[in-house]
Amino acid sequence: MVAMLERETVDHVARLARLALSDAETDVMAVELSKILDHIEAIRTLDLDGVEPTSHVIDVVNALRADVPHHSLPRELALASAPDPVDGGFGVPSPGASAQ
Amino acid sequence: MSDALLNLTAAAAAAAIRAGELDPAELFELYRERAAADSLNAFSWLCDGAPDAGFDRSTPLAGVPLGVKDLFCTAGIPTQSGSRILEGYRPPYTATVVERLYAAGATLLGKTHQDEFAMGSSNENCAFGPVLNPWDRTRVPGGSSGGSAAAVAAGLVPWALGTDTGGSIRQPASFCGIVGLKPTYGSCSRYGMIAFASSLDQAGPLTRDVSDSALLFSHMVGQDANDSTSLAFPEPVRMPARRELSGVRLGVPEELLSADSGIDQGVRESFEQTLSLARGLGAVVSPCRLPHAPHALSAYYIVAPAEASANLARFDGVRYGLRVPGNGDLESMYSATRAAGFGPEVKRRIMLGTYALSSGYYDAYYGTALRVRTRIAQDFQRAFEQFDFIVTPTAPGTAFELGAKSSDPLAMYLNDFCTVPMSLAGIPAISIPAGLSEGLPVGFQLAGPAFSENRLLDAAFALEQAIGFDGSPARAGGRA
Repeated sequence: MVAMLERETVDHVARLARLALSDAETDVMAVELSKILDHIEAIRTLDLDGVEPTSHVIDVVNALRADVPHHSLPRELALASAPDPVDGGFGVPSPGASAQ
Repeated sequence: MSDALLNLTAAAAAAAIRAGELDPAELFELYRERAAADSLNAFSWLCDGAPDAGFDRSTPLAGVPLGVKDLFCTAGIPTQSGSRILEGYRPPYTATVVERLYAAGATLLGKTHQDEFAMGSSNENCAFGPVLNPWDRTRVPGGSSGGSAAAVAAGLVPWALGTDTGGSIRQPASFCGIVGLKPTYGSCSRYGMIAFASSLDQAGPLTRDVSDSALLFSHMVGQDANDSTSLAFPEPVRMPARRELSGVRLGVPEELLSADSGIDQGVRESFEQTLSLARGLGAVVSPCRLPHAPHALSAYYIVAPAEASANLARFDGVRYGLRVPGNGDLESMYSATRAAGFGPEVKRRIMLGTYALSSGYYDAYYGTALRVRTRIAQDFQRAFEQFDFIVTPTAPGTAFELGAKSSDPLAMYLNDFCTVPMSLAGIPAISIPAGLSEGLPVGFQLAGPAFSENRLLDAAFALEQAIGFDGSPARAGGRA
C-alpha cells in the first residue's frame, strides 16, 4: 500500500508540469494519483534483476536522412495559428513580468 | 437504391466505381447527407461538398469517402484532438498516412471525435461532448477512436482512420461491432499524428470487414523520412482470402483469462464459441503462458503517461492554440493556459507521468516499467515459438453506459487489460466482431508477431466468414 500523496508533493509535481491546479483539484488529484500508484505498485515486487529496459520495441538504428537542403514551412504559415505573432516571431510575456 | 449503395463495403464500392458501375460523386453525396444528419456526435468536422479536384476513378480507392480521427493533422481543416487547448486549430500540413490515402484516391468526408489527446476508453473525455454508440445510444462507443468506430458502425462513412496506443482502435471496434487493426509499431508513419505516447502510438483502420481493413492498411504502410521510427513494410499487403485455419496454432493466455481478470460471462461465452468455430476450421487451440501480461496495465500506465507528459509540454500557449495570460509573466501564462485548456483526464495523466519521471522516482517507476516491458515482449516471443497467434477477448465487457465509469479512473483503465500487452510489445493485433451479448457486440482479438499482418488478416478473414456477424448499419440501428 502506497502512502497517500502529500499535498506538497502534488503541488511540486503540478509546478514541474506547469499546471495551475485549484485547491479542490489538488485534493482530488492526491486521492486519485494515490489510488492509481497503489495499483501500479505490484510491478515493483517483480524480480527484474539483470533485465534490460525497453524504451523502443522495434530495432531501428541511426535512421539518417540524406543531408540535402529543403524548404521549411513559410514563416507566415508557421505563425498563422500563433496567439501573439510579433515581428515575424512568437510573442511571449516577459519571464520576469510578475515581479513588477 | 441508396441503401444498397451505402451497404457496400469500401472495397466493393471502389471496385464498382473503377468498373464504371457507380458514380463516385453520387456515393460521396449520399454519405455526406447521412453524416450531416449525424446524431451520434461522431463528427468533429464535416466537408461541405465534393472536393474541387473531383474524383479520380482510376485510383485504387477511387474517391471512396474516408473518416479521419481528429488527431491527424489535415492542412487547413480543424484538428483539435478532442481538446479545448486546440479549439479551432487548423494545421499547416497534413499527416503522412492521410496524404498517402489521398494519393491512393480516398476522399476526406469528415474528422471524427475522440477522447482528448486519445486518453480514454469511452470517448467521454472529449471536450466537445461524448460520442454515442449506434447499437444503444445510452452507451459509450469505446475510445479513444470512438467517433471513427461509431461513424463506421452506423454507416455514416464506409471506413475511418483511428490510432491505437493501448487499445484505442481495438476496444471501440469491439464495442461498435466492427473490425479494428492495430498494426506493428513502425509500419505506418506517425508524422502529423498529434502525439500521445510516441513509443506506442500507431495509426490503423476501422472498417466494416476484414477485407476493407487490409485494403486501407495496404495504402497506409511504408517508411517516411519525417518519422525516423517508421519502417518499410517487408512485403506487399495482400487482400485476405483464406477460408480455413488448418494447422493454425492459437494460444489462449491463461493469465489474461483467469477468474480474477474481470471478464464478463457473456464475453467469455462468445470467446468460447469463436474458439469452437476456429477448431471447426482446423485450428489447434491450446492454453499458453504470458506470465507478465497481467502486469502490462501497470507498466502501460507508467510508460504512456510519462511519454505524454513530455509530448504535451508543447501545448504552452506560444505557437498555436489557446493562450490564457495568467498573472502576466511567462510561467504563469504556461500554467494558466494548460489549466484552462486540458480536461481532467489529461491533467491526471500529465501529473502521473511527471511524477513517475521526477527526481527520486524515475527508476522506481519508469525504469521498472521499461523492464517489465522487456519481459512482456519476451513472453510473446516465447509464445510465438509455439503458436501462430495469441487470441483473447478484445475487452473485458461490452459497451457500458455513459457515466458508468467516468468517476473511477482505475475502473476505466481496466478496459485495456487485454489490449495493452500487445501495445507494449509493438506487435499487430486485430479485433473482429464475434457476436452479440445481450444485444451488444463482443470483439475477438488475434495478435501475431511483428509484421505478420498478412497472416493475421488471413486468419481474421477465415474466422469472419465462419462467424457471419451481421453488422450492417440497419442491424446496428444506425439510422442517423
